Amino acid sequence: MKRLSPFNITSLTLGFAFLYLPMILLVIYSFNSSKLVTVWAGFSTKWYGELLRDEAFLDAALVTIKVAVMSSALATVLGTMAAYVLVNGGRFFGRTLFSGMIYAPLVMPEVITGLSLLLLFIGIGMDRGVLTIVLAHTTFAMCYVSVVVSSRLVSFDRSLEEAALDLGCNRFDAFRLVTLPIIAPAVISGWLLAFTLSLDDLVIASFVSGPSSTTLPIKIWSSVRLGVSPEINALSTMMIGIVTIGVITASLVSKRKSLNAQKDAQAAERAA
Amino acid sequence: MRRFAMIAVPYGWLAVLFLIPFLIVFKISLSDAALAIPPYAPTMKDGFGALLQGLDFENFVFLTTDDLYYKAYLSSLKIAFFSTFFTLLVGYPMAYGMARAPEEWRATLMLLVILPFWTSFLIRVYALIGILSNEGLLNQFLLWLGVISEPLVILNTNIAVYVGIVYTYLPFMILPIYAALDRMDDSLIEAAEDLGCSRMSAFWLVTIPLSKNGIIAGCFLVFIPALGEFVIPSLLGGSGTLMIGKVLFEEFFNNRDWPVASAVAVILLLILIIPIVLFQRNQQKQAEAEG
Repeated sequence: MKRLSPFNITSLTLGFAFLYLPMILLVIYSFNSSKLVTVWAGFSTKWYGELLRDEAFLDAALVTIKVAVMSSALATVLGTMAAYVLVNGGRFFGRTLFSGMIYAPLVMPEVITGLSLLLLFIGIGMDRGVLTIVLAHTTFAMCYVSVVVSSRLVSFDRSLEEAALDLGCNRFDAFRLVTLPIIAPAVISGWLLAFTLSLDDLVIASFVSGPSSTTLPIKIWSSVRLGVSPEINALSTMMIGIVTIGVITASLVSKRKSLNAQKDAQAAERAA
Repeated sequence: MRRFAMIAVPYGWLAVLFLIPFLIVFKISLSDAALAIPPYAPTMKDGFGALLQGLDFENFVFLTTDDLYYKAYLSSLKIAFFSTFFTLLVGYPMAYGMARAPEEWRATLMLLVILPFWTSFLIRVYALIGILSNEGLLNQFLLWLGVISEPLVILNTNIAVYVGIVYTYLPFMILPIYAALDRMDDSLIEAAEDLGCSRMSAFWLVTIPLSKNGIIAGCFLVFIPALGEFVIPSLLGGSGTLMIGKVLFEEFFNNRDWPVASAVAVILLLILIIPIVLFQRNQQKQAEAEG
């Protein structure tokens, strides 16, 4: 019989307090009317107004979203292909190198990834801008996508695909009509991961961005280096809010799905 | 033909944007700094013969003569090692508590661990600045309690870097340990207790060894990225905080010495290979044990 001991309760309470208090305080202080971020001077939403009027921030947000949309879409396609090749591709020349190149970026320090990509772009004379950031983000994000998707593909029953081939599908149609719908949840979570990683990246983007392509993290970074500011608190609160709503919605949807699946299974049992 | 394209497209992408850039870093680490654009010599334009002659290990020799660099490597290793240890100290009891929590709470607890992972890393580090600074909320609170009479200096010291790493990497430690504890058969603990173990010794003799793989995985997941960390030491650490990721960034952007920055990167990678290979082995062993 499992029971939570006082020790368990204390460690959970203190642990989650440690994880959440800094963010909760950040949210509270974003509504502080004082410019001094550590002195409470009454409730106000004026920093949100200032933030939304700040064009530099809006431009950076736009660039960030553009980069994230493009790189996550590319990364999802390439990562799913890579996962399919890794799991079902059989033997081919340089397979070990290929799987090494999939796993290495996951553990590579960002400073090295950023440095090496910048040296490549300079070496081939490519101007730094939105395109170089998209290429960089796609490269590391596709590796995350392929890890997420291949973990689903491993448990996928290949005889379904073989059945489709026997019934006259070509390989591509079999993939599109049979495999893809089954691995879709993993592909979607891979895409979400790629999108978030792109939104979040500071270090790699600092190396490969040009003067006209400042992303939101780079903009936050340059103002945070000067200290805590109420606008950044407001911006952080908005970002935390979006993520919280997104994650909670996703978990509710998946919970409902699994409940429905349970119900279906029960109904099927009764019918049988 | 389609199979060929399926393999060639991701393969080619990674070869051009991962493998070749890395080879370029290696090549530039053997070049000399030059007052030119790009700021190193020789370049491909000088012809293949000049390219081969101009390369040497000078930059690596330079790294051994200036003690800034080996101090930075040693200090990164030290900071990564101790912060991994502290993360384990905070994370294990949390994972253990989660594994013992009632079934209906677990999804929520899991969500609470994962949520910070989706939240911007930069913002989470930023949130700590307002807490740890001299006029920060922690000092205000402690002064109000009367525990201290003068504010503690935490921000811009190595202590803040430790706090920052534990704070941001905690989910990476909790998740694998929780997964290991969750799979554990509770009747083993009951058996140990029936056989005369105290609660404490059952924990040390049964629970800890059975969660060993989770602990190892969690430790590597914290140690490996912490070693090359750049954001945390730059924002929370002080001028005395030496970490190799920060040194590399400054060497490249402030000193504009690309060859030395590349040599720093090559050595960092060589150091990282050991924990990465150990981590891979552990993961494989675990996969085999399960499969």
